[in-house]
Amino acid sequence: MTESMDGRHAIEVADLTVAYEDKPVLWDVDLAVPEGTLLAIVGPNGAGKTTLIKAILGLIEAAAGQVLIYGKPYPEQRRLVGYVPQRGSVDWDFPTSVLDVVMMGRYGHLGWLRRPGRREAELAMEALEKVGMADFAGRQISQLSGGQQQRVFLARALVQDADIYFMDEPFQGVDATTERAIVTLLKELGAANKTVVVVHHDLQSVPDYFDWVLLLNVRSIAAGPVEQVFTAENLRRTYGGRVAFLDGDRGGANGDSQAALDERQALPEAGR
Amino acid sequence: MTIDFTLRTVALGTAVLGIVSGALGSFAVLRRQSLLGDAMSHAALPGIVLAFLLTRSRTPIVLLIGAILAGWVAALLMGVVVRYTRIKQDSALGLVLSVFFGFGLMLLTFVQRIPDAGQAGLNRYLFGQAATLLEQDIVTMAVLGGIALALMVLFWKELKLLSFDASFGASLGFPMRALDTLLITLIVVAIGVGLQAVGVVLMSAMIVAPAAAARQWTNRLGVMVALAALFGAVSGVGGVLISSSGGGFATGPTIVLVASGLVFLSLLLAPNRGLLARWLQRQRSRRRLRVTAVLSDLYTLAQQHDDPEHAHDIAVLRTMSAGSGGVGHTLETLAERGLVRQSRPGHWTLTQAGRIEAERIARGEEE
Repeated sequence: MTESMDGRHAIEVADLTVAYEDKPVLWDVDLAVPEGTLLAIVGPNGAGKTTLIKAILGLIEAAAGQVLIYGKPYPEQRRLVGYVPQRGSVDWDFPTSVLDVVMMGRYGHLGWLRRPGRREAELAMEALEKVGMADFAGRQISQLSGGQQQRVFLARALVQDADIYFMDEPFQGVDATTERAIVTLLKELGAANKTVVVVHHDLQSVPDYFDWVLLLNVRSIAAGPVEQVFTAENLRRTYGGRVAFLDGDRGGANGDSQAALDERQALPEAGR
Repeated sequence: MTIDFTLRTVALGTAVLGIVSGALGSFAVLRRQSLLGDAMSHAALPGIVLAFLLTRSRTPIVLLIGAILAGWVAALLMGVVVRYTRIKQDSALGLVLSVFFGFGLMLLTFVQRIPDAGQAGLNRYLFGQAATLLEQDIVTMAVLGGIALALMVLFWKELKLLSFDASFGASLGFPMRALDTLLITLIVVAIGVGLQAVGVVLMSAMIVAPAAAARQWTNRLGVMVALAALFGAVSGVGGVLISSSGGGFATGPTIVLVASGLVFLSLLLAPNRGLLARWLQRQRSRRRLRVTAVLSDLYTLAQQHDDPEHAHDIAVLRTMSAGSGGVGHTLETLAERGLVRQSRPGHWTLTQAGRIEAERIARGEEE
């Protein structure tokens, strides 16, 4: 594993193991992410990508292991962390407005009992502006398209004003506009030295969008800078040799490390 | 005079129960825990009987505490069953409901065999007997319900977070399991408040119905909770008035029927979400589609004819729209908008404005 000599580690995971019933979903995962990294977590379905994020955030219990955020346990560092759950994890027919959902990102700062007010609304509007959803602030959330829902969730994480963001499949089933908006946002966050961890499905875009990658299949197969770790050999080990490689559609591809892949072709069930 | 006074007391009591169950029921409905309410209210029965057996008192507050404790234990047990066994939520609900209710019925028959306990009137907790509500019962109901509502308002933000996105709430550091327990406790209290008037069997309807009706009319949580409280109160008072106006209907079931009537009306008539509104909307969009289709058909015909002004037989248009019907009517609508004209009976052609509109549609621009 490569570590930058000068940079601090934003996230350190050691020996993380999670099991449902007797079946391990994550086995002995180690990960150290330097500050300012855009990290993609890739791996086949059931590889434990979402579980890893949830275990880091303490949303599910780990059987073993330790997680440090800037050197301290997560509960002490909550304010530094923003979270974008899977879009499908909530009921979008809930009676509330876009602005209201985004303001939920401030609830942690507000603490118990205090209600969001003008300041929270202003912050929420700024965040909506950043994701191109300002015109939808008053909209009932059930009237949003999938991509718009995703951008609302991103705005909610942005108002958390965090240093580390965990995003669970933000690119899942979104339109081209939203995909562009998310990519722009990722680059901005990276430029601001924020650390972003993204569960990602499209292997093809990993080298374009991210600078680090974690290849996960229950165990951590490899983790590090994309150009070193994102190799055909590692992908084969992650996906069990079922990945189809499409040569030559990426300019200046240097052998395996830049191999362009089509996960969907390899894993028919991955499209869902 | 005394009759009026009794009626007023009873109506006041059922209004309180409607407000409390309507408001807190909103959260149960939004969290898809309506059936949990059903299980908890059935589970209250053994609590009531046990409270009587232990204290030999039939003061409502004592029985109510028994009911609330039993409902609470039932909810807790369901959580335990789901977490630690392979039994799923729905089966756990069914199991707990029937075990507790069965146990309650058993205890009830046992109580009736005890000398001078038979008249304890515990039977009324099965189907409720609003007429037995006394002034002090209503004070008890109002105080308990008031506390529950006050807690709901106090923890509004947290309960909203719990209902919409619990795992995000947990990531923010809010103790979601504790909030879940709080909400369940509040719902159990709401159920308990209504048991004397509506009974364990039908009480869950008062948790679900006002909230389900209110959801139809609004897209805002605060408005929904307030409306549900209002619908609950209207059902309570309405039920009492109907059952007291002769006919001798039991009050509890009448209250539930009024609430169900409100649900029915709301499902049918509410703007946007109502069946009628959605049907009208579908009709409108279908009509718009037909207009576009006929206009495009005429445009296609005009393009293929040497004389673009040539009028085409309505029969041709009917064939082109493949029996979707209403072609004549659609043409008249188009004529009113000045897009087509009838050159002779049954023969139609595009006007200048119609051609421009049709070209716009052909380019894929929306109206």
